[in-house]
Amino acid sequence: MPQMNMVQAINDALRHEMRRDSRVVVLGEDVGKVGGVFRVTQGLFDEFGDDRVIDTPLSENGIVGAAIGMALYGLVPIPEIQFADFIYPAYDQIVSELAKYRYRSGGEYPSKLVIRTPVGGGIRGGHYHSQSPEAQFIHVPGLKVVCPSNPADAKGLLLSSIRDPDPVLFFEPKRIYRAAKGDVPDGDYTVPLGQAKVVRPGWHVTLVVWGAMLYEALDAANQAAAQGIECEVIDLRTLWPLDIDTVIESVKRTGRFIVVHEAPKSCGLGAELVALVNEKAFLHLEAPPLRITGFDTPFPYTLENEYLPLSHRILPAILEMARY
Amino acid sequence: MSLTITPTAALATVWNAVLPPEISAMTTLTNGDDLHLSLYRKMFQIRRFEEEAARAYAQSKIGGFLHLYIGQEPIAVGASAALRPDDYVMTTYRDHGLALARGMTPRAAMAELYGKVTGCSKGLGGSMHFFDKEHNMLGGYGIVGGHIPIAVGTAFASKYRGEDRVSMVFFGEGAVSIGDFHEGMSLAALWKLPIVFVCENNEYAMGTPLSRTLSVEDVSLKALAYGMERDRFNSEHVLQVRDRLGEAIARARTHSEPTLVEIRTYRFRGHSMSDPGKYRTKEELEERKKKDVLLRSRIELEEKGHKAALEAIDKEVEDEIADAVRFAEESPEPGPEVLEPTTYAGPFAR
Ligand SMILES: Cc1ncc(C[n+]2csc(CCOP(=O)(O)OP(=O)(O)O)c2C)c(N)n1
Ligand SMILES: [Mg+2]
Repeated sequence: MPQMNMVQAINDALRHEMRRDSRVVVLGEDVGKVGGVFRVTQGLFDEFGDDRVIDTPLSENGIVGAAIGMALYGLVPIPEIQFADFIYPAYDQIVSELAKYRYRSGGEYPSKLVIRTPVGGGIRGGHYHSQSPEAQFIHVPGLKVVCPSNPADAKGLLLSSIRDPDPVLFFEPKRIYRAAKGDVPDGDYTVPLGQAKVVRPGWHVTLVVWGAMLYEALDAANQAAAQGIECEVIDLRTLWPLDIDTVIESVKRTGRFIVVHEAPKSCGLGAELVALVNEKAFLHLEAPPLRITGFDTPFPYTLENEYLPLSHRILPAILEMARY
Repeated sequence: MSLTITPTAALATVWNAVLPPEISAMTTLTNGDDLHLSLYRKMFQIRRFEEEAARAYAQSKIGGFLHLYIGQEPIAVGASAALRPDDYVMTTYRDHGLALARGMTPRAAMAELYGKVTGCSKGLGGSMHFFDKEHNMLGGYGIVGGHIPIAVGTAFASKYRGEDRVSMVFFGEGAVSIGDFHEGMSLAALWKLPIVFVCENNEYAMGTPLSRTLSVEDVSLKALAYGMERDRFNSEHVLQVRDRLGEAIARARTHSEPTLVEIRTYRFRGHSMSDPGKYRTKEELEERKKKDVLLRSRIELEEKGHKAALEAIDKEVEDEIADAVRFAEESPEPGPEVLEPTTYAGPFAR
């Protein structure tokens, strides 16, 4: 199996599907000749040409709106938004139109596309290049939301997203684009949507996490293990629909639940998870559930390491909860 | 009278024929060499500031993104010379030049790049998000086009309050493809607002050349559909920029009429520091660098016998920038407590 980083694995998935399915087109700002700001679409322009790898002007709402129309006509468009922070000009098309297509046609006429976009902090991008807006899309019925943490999942989840019948927002954690490396299966390889993965088994505390913060949670879990506390770390992988069963099964064993995410705390996906844990495992809890998250402020340029829920913030929470 | 609709492309050809780039024919220079020297000093200060910022970035003392304005200095400086201090300006993430031109100290600017608490936004914004209330510089904006309707709002407020303050909003030609640009233009024309839209057309939006961004390369033509005055010229001289923008500013101030001004320019560096710039040739870049407007001013002033004054400026600016770097390096980083009052007006109870 070849070793790849996230960028290569996503590129591999796009290439694989474009070779297999001529309906697939990629569009976005600088995705063609330049190969994307993070070089994720590098080489696709040369292989598939400019009618399948389409450089667009700076028009997010236009890009997504046009992609919706392409999908209605039977294409499988994969628009790229350069940073998740720039998705808001397209928010109208995504929320008002894309998410509602299946519904408005009585379930018969979906608009199927995958929006790829880099997400999260870690590159000191400040308040317009660091945000994690997943909850704002989860809150819109009709969209699926995915966020891989490693190259193999990135490939497998992207191929599943492209073949899924519903629109998917595919968030790529830019902090680990090149830092996360691993074996990636050759050829056709899918990871089903809606299945979380237990990355580290444990029995004292359940840690739920996704994307780049997985590595911080694992780091904290390893440090806690040195003090005799064994955390079960669950990588959510698909943020919506949730694999709540895997989470609840774990919480019932550990009685302790921590969710970690980069987005601000209030009304984040963590809040929904805590609510579900309370609903489904309340009588098993040994301690109040906890959210370790970004602050309820815009994402700061400096203070990035304080804002992000890095292991230095996760570890004390684990220890405190274990003692509770 | 019958109204024929000319296809946009044909219209563009017509206008391009009527108004070739030479419409930039230099307006007579006014106000003498003292002004020119002071504007040269400002351009040079911006150039040297950014060169030092680039160096600090290469040493990882500055993080994130750094978009340099090198090559485009005459626009911010010429504009600032034509504006009043109480006029409002807003620009893109390529904002160091305008901030310095408006009067931000190199110290506050450099410290912001370093993410220090002494920076213009306490280190919370960084390079792309300068803000300077004192000089009515309402920020650098990282969402392309997002600031354009906001400037329409400040222009509206000026008119509403019966004041004659003008708003000037700067953006690249990339922004012309986004809805905010058109919505802002539409409102400003409809409401006859005292605003100047300045498109700094540097021929590239990241790696995409103008020809692949816009179906009609003459950005100023967009004004026609909104019934707005327009102007279009190459940035060739800082005083020319001042004079041409001065006309649009006067129109805004005295008649409350908006103008779209397209200024053709060129950036000598990559889109940001992380851009290797493979989408343009070395030859093209070298060719354009020969037309460096900053250099043109220097040569002109030297020829007019101002060598001593220029040397004094060199020294002053070098000292100023060295001082700014030292200040930024020595300033403390903010602690998390600095975030507390930044998001809501008071303490926020959860
Ligand atoms: C809404 C939005 N989409 C995309 C981007 C990413 N982006 C930043 S600058 C840029 C190109 C802008 O080019 P132009 O407007 O010509 O300004 P220039 O950089 O040349 O000054 C792009 C695509 C962004 N910041 N905001
Ligand atoms: Mg440009």
